Amino acid sequence: MTERAPDIHPDPSGMIQDILAGNVMAGARLMRAIEAGNPQADLLLGQLYAHRGNAFVTGITGPPGAGKSTLISALITCFRQKNLTVGVVAVDPSSAQTGGAVLGDRVRMQAHAGDPGVFIRSLAARGAAGGLARAAQDICLVLDAMGYDVIVVEPVGSGQADMEICRMVHSLGLVAIPGTGDGIQSVKAGLLEAADVFIVNKNDLPGATSEVMTLEHLVNLRSVPPDTWQPPVVSTCARTGQGVDRLAERFLEHRGFMTDHGLLEKMRADQAANHFNTLVRQMLLDRIDAWMDRHVAGFLGTAANQANVAADPYRAARKLAARLTAHLDEADETDREF
Amino acid sequence: METKNKIRVLVAKPGLDGHDKGAKIVALALRDAGMEVIYSGLHQTLDQIISTAVQESVDVIGLSIMSGAHLPICKKLTAMMKEHGLTGVQLVVGGVIPRQDIQTLEQMGVAAVFPGGTAFDTIVTEINQLFA
Repeated sequence: MTERAPDIHPDPSGMIQDILAGNVMAGARLMRAIEAGNPQADLLLGQLYAHRGNAFVTGITGPPGAGKSTLISALITCFRQKNLTVGVVAVDPSSAQTGGAVLGDRVRMQAHAGDPGVFIRSLAARGAAGGLARAAQDICLVLDAMGYDVIVVEPVGSGQADMEICRMVHSLGLVAIPGTGDGIQSVKAGLLEAADVFIVNKNDLPGATSEVMTLEHLVNLRSVPPDTWQPPVVSTCARTGQGVDRLAERFLEHRGFMTDHGLLEKMRADQAANHFNTLVRQMLLDRIDAWMDRHVAGFLGTAANQANVAADPYRAARKLAARLTAHLDEADETDREF
Repeated sequence: METKNKIRVLVAKPGLDGHDKGAKIVALALRDAGMEVIYSGLHQTLDQIISTAVQESVDVIGLSIMSGAHLPICKKLTAMMKEHGLTGVQLVVGGVIPRQDIQTLEQMGVAAVFPGGTAFDTIVTEINQLFA
């Protein structure tokens, strides 16, 4: 049906060399294999892993329609003027009904389609929670290994708590638009706490100045230890590019601050630990999903089990799950030492 | 729905013709058929289309052409696709395409032609068949 045989490269070590040399076709092919869940992709990523760490990874998050994609397009222009190459990972939602997606972020960035210093990759979220696609982090690793100086990640238009993005970026920009909040909105927890740069976009709309003041107020009200990065508030009009050069500067200043204070290294270490956790969890969840696909229908195939589920689904679920959790209990006993 | 390797389609409008409602509607129909559609918008140069197809590793390039320039565009694009190693990528074309040009397009290497009035089901089925 809609399944395609994954592209597998006949010469994996040659592919690694091509990717490290920045070959766009090789990089794109690996990205495709990553999304397809091709087991060879894991092996190649493992070999690329040692070559990561050169890219400065930024994120631009905010509600749908805030102008994130347009802003990123203008940011690309600014970074390119500084002779920095740019990789973009733009995530849009997948349909819960059909699994299909229209990935339209790229439309706003097409001015850069012919620039060899820019690589834009659109991803469908495919039901992943938290606003990112599962493949996003691995695809960033590929872009990093390919040598892009700056990577910009655009998650799905976010609510207040789509925090997945924080696990993989060094610097997070949060886009607000005028007239969408008051003082209480801005003291809430969530993304507001995580932002390194605040952006008030569409600053030609009424209320932009007060939005900037509200956010500046929020930043100044926080009690922070001395020598902490204070998120700046940048006012932009992405459509015209006005203010976006300052935004690019702020991101680079944040990188400088983190480097000077040894924070970038610490952040990389934390993110690497987190990444490892995610990998283990994902491998286990994949197995559990596959197990459920094979066995839940069978379990429900007998009249006795159906009756049990109808009478007390909690108890019936415990009984079925115990087949796996028994093994986990056993592993828990034996795996005290590695 | 749970398949991980979905058909990725680039929907693009080359050249100067200035409205893309048809292309957008086809993009929606392909989405509803479970495909991932990269929509690149109006006024695309062939260089942009090629570079987008490479970066997005698409399986299909779908062009919407209503300017009458489908023959020279497709001739040039099929040559560029070969030159850039996009050999596994299928090119399909829709829009205002006279019936008598379909065979010529197919001889150039266009995998399927969907002139105005083609049913969505036909488009979806034929694209799926390219990968059956």
